[in-house]
Amino acid sequence: MGSQHLDFTANVTEALADRQLRANFKSALTGLMKKRVAVLPDEAERERMRDDAEAAKRNALAKLPELLERLERKCTENGIIVHWAETTAEANEIILGIMRSHDATKLVKGKSMVSEEMHLNHFLETHGIEALETDLGEFIIQLNHEPPSHIIVPAVHKNRQQVGRIFADNLEGIPYTDVVEELNAIARRTLREKFRTGHVGLSGVNFAVAETGTLVLVENEGNGRMCTTVPPVHVAVMGLEKVVESLSDLPPLLRLLTASATGQLVTTYVNCITSPRKEGERDGPKEIHLVILDNGRSKMLADAQLRRTLQCIRCGTCLNHCPVYIRIGGHAYGSVYPGPIGKILTPQIDGLADKGVLATASSLCNACEEVCPVRIPIPGIIRRMRTEAYDEKGDGVVKGHGAKKNLLETLVWKGWELTYRIPALNRFVVSMLGKFGDRLPNVGPLKAWTSVRTAPRFAPKSLHQLVKEEGIRHE
Amino acid sequence: MSSTARDRIFARLHAARTTVSPHVPQGGNWQAPMLDKAQRIELLKTRMETVRSEVHVVSEAEWPAKLLEVLKAREPKTLTYGHDAWFGGTLRSKVKGKGMPKLVPYGENVEAFRDELFGIDVGITSTLGGIAENGTLIVWPTPQEPRLLSLVPTVHVALLKADAIYSTLAEAMREMRWAEGMPTNALLISGPSKTADIEMTLAFGVHGPKELIVLVLE
Amino acid sequence: MAHTFTYPRDVKTVYYFGTCLVDMSFPQAGMAGIHLLRRAGVEVVFPQEQSCCGQPAYNSGFLEEARAVARAQIKAFSKADWPIVVPSGSCAGMMRHHYPEMFANDPEYFDVRKFSERIFELGDFLHNALHVQYKDKGKPVKVTWHSSCHAMREMGATAAAKALIGQLSNVELVEIEREYECCGFGGTFSIKQPEISAAMVADKVEDIRSTGASAILSGDCGCLMNIGGAMERAGVPVAPRHLAEFIWERING
Repeated sequence: MGSQHLDFTANVTEALADRQLRANFKSALTGLMKKRVAVLPDEAERERMRDDAEAAKRNALAKLPELLERLERKCTENGIIVHWAETTAEANEIILGIMRSHDATKLVKGKSMVSEEMHLNHFLETHGIEALETDLGEFIIQLNHEPPSHIIVPAVHKNRQQVGRIFADNLEGIPYTDVVEELNAIARRTLREKFRTGHVGLSGVNFAVAETGTLVLVENEGNGRMCTTVPPVHVAVMGLEKVVESLSDLPPLLRLLTASATGQLVTTYVNCITSPRKEGERDGPKEIHLVILDNGRSKMLADAQLRRTLQCIRCGTCLNHCPVYIRIGGHAYGSVYPGPIGKILTPQIDGLADKGVLATASSLCNACEEVCPVRIPIPGIIRRMRTEAYDEKGDGVVKGHGAKKNLLETLVWKGWELTYRIPALNRFVVSMLGKFGDRLPNVGPLKAWTSVRTAPRFAPKSLHQLVKEEGIRHE
Repeated sequence: MSSTARDRIFARLHAARTTVSPHVPQGGNWQAPMLDKAQRIELLKTRMETVRSEVHVVSEAEWPAKLLEVLKAREPKTLTYGHDAWFGGTLRSKVKGKGMPKLVPYGENVEAFRDELFGIDVGITSTLGGIAENGTLIVWPTPQEPRLLSLVPTVHVALLKADAIYSTLAEAMREMRWAEGMPTNALLISGPSKTADIEMTLAFGVHGPKELIVLVLE
Repeated sequence: MAHTFTYPRDVKTVYYFGTCLVDMSFPQAGMAGIHLLRRAGVEVVFPQEQSCCGQPAYNSGFLEEARAVARAQIKAFSKADWPIVVPSGSCAGMMRHHYPEMFANDPEYFDVRKFSERIFELGDFLHNALHVQYKDKGKPVKVTWHSSCHAMREMGATAAAKALIGQLSNVELVEIEREYECCGFGGTFSIKQPEISAAMVADKVEDIRSTGASAILSGDCGCLMNIGGAMERAGVPVAPRHLAEFIWERING
């Protein structure tokens, strides 16, 4: 993935043809949409929470260097070892170094999208280290050698029968079952053994509080607590945008994160980690490392519009509400971050040449913006990706800007501009369409249109003409 | 290598200051309602039961009897707890005899206790308080009551004093002065471990406790 | 985005922005909108120099072309400061919300904003500014409704449209499932991603079919062209109708 070539059209064709896949997504995501509204029933209150959540994140971005320095200082005081990585390769090397310094060969992982962004599992495996996903959804797809298809529910594209087959095929001595309770019990047995014997535990970070140097993790399963408590070493990885200023920022952020992600008032566990095991304490890791990753984020900060991408708290609700994502699923995007947020995040990280196509996969319906808990103007940034892809004025800043520039489209849009800017030309074109529009050759855009629709019809008389003829006042 | 990475990252972050002067909207618009004591108990109970926790409101004197009732219904073989927890003595005097679990205090470091711990049926802990707004227990593990007590055993029993139930998370943070000193690990717990990763079907006890039983002491 | 607009009072004259699609393909819908405004006692002025709001280029990444066309519209409506009524939520949203964004860093920004504040969607304007009352003269009929995404999310015009339909006593409105979901038009999206667009409109057509309605109403001809074209191709006998045209027919019997 990552830098690999993306054949989005082929992925879309394949995804749309898979009826099972579409049914799995539709049913799961419709449920999540309903649960979100059920847990945030009062619109006025929801908007006040969004005001606060947006303010907390924009405040953090406005003070990002200071807050990161403060986080680093507080964490260091608390005994957490802080590392900085400009690239995913650097972050991977740091983690490998930590593993090696402990002669560790078994890593148990809680859910972390940044570790997906790093392709950490693959990297560690090539260095002889077992990196085991322990979130149930992640565990299922890791067994099947797939990437996640959703940032919150990674195995949402699988139904119980498919999970049953994956377990039976990949776990020793496990017979096929499609009973959800039994599948969960199998995972429990298998994974608790792994927690007990893991050398290092890895987690992501939902919020890093600069004020106290606290890493906040939310989860339902308990695997995150297992990974951050049972093994002697804990490694947390986070993108540098995860920092917030103070504990008082947390209540609205936590409420909206879980409501948006899973329709819950709160997760089973909110796990706040501030230091390694202290003198006299009987459990918890003796060593905690925090790896802070940039990977293009600091560049986004330098642009007033693009920086708002960094407000994202990875709740996934824009995926759940996206009519495109619902139909093609996460894998079609060929990227760690799919759906609306992926359409703005992925091209900025991987570049417009490879991933600019993702920004075309939006009808700009604004459903994502309507539900985003921190009010990221996703449609506006999707437009920005499109504009940067052609980079008419040559002032683009996103990696690969101008990559889609081509003579044909340039000419088409220049012609469009003339037609709609010059009234006489406009009158001429519209009257020509009225006379001959029904005989347009069925090629190019019209062919794409008529694959499932009848051709557009053109009226013999335009509204401009009718207005004149019917004596409506006109200037 | 990482120190230079740090320098380059911070150079870019500081440089962003010169190109963008960001608008920051005003916060402090939302707060969950403040409640009286009876409402706090009631809401916490409702919220926690919604996520399949079992909540019993009992008097200070009654809780041992309620605990025995809870244990009898489940017939666990082993129960772990912090020997020096405030309820440790009561536990030792009440939980004994036929049909009662063997008490196994969490008295060693996890390295020595881990294998035994993963086989224990019930863990019982105190709590620092509760939050009505979102139906959670506030648990700050201590040397006396380590972190894994509330995670590894199949059933978690938590003792919560009704006076320590706050209306909101913000209030709890303020009143308990979280900002002045966070513990190694602060937890909010709303229910038993759960997942809906297979077909969005809710299932309990995927890694941690399959049951959470809360005794609210009035 | 703001949904609460300040509506003008005692409106005597309005400008009408017909939109390029109505001009080319749905002029009768455009005329119906004019008739409804005039019926409410408002004089309607139609600048002949108007053309397109510029959204196709704006959404496709051709900002300079969009700005050039937008400037031409602002000029065409500059002789008076009357409200500008638009028989399309999508074009209205473009002119109301996105014009100021397009010119955010230009000297004309404040003029553009003044222009944008004059933009209203037709159904919303009829209901909330003119407080029209309709008497239905048509036969009993069952219809369903589709809001364009921008009518709904940028112009907040859905409730007004339904209130107008609700005034027609012989019209039964049946809501479609997933009413909030995009029909898959999205302007050039339907050309750039034809397969996804096709999947979206197919689902929309299925939802419309299952209501049993004989007509699908909308305030946006882009959606109607998409949905109508797909229904015609699939042989689904539901008539796509612009809200203004439908109301005009109903109240004239």
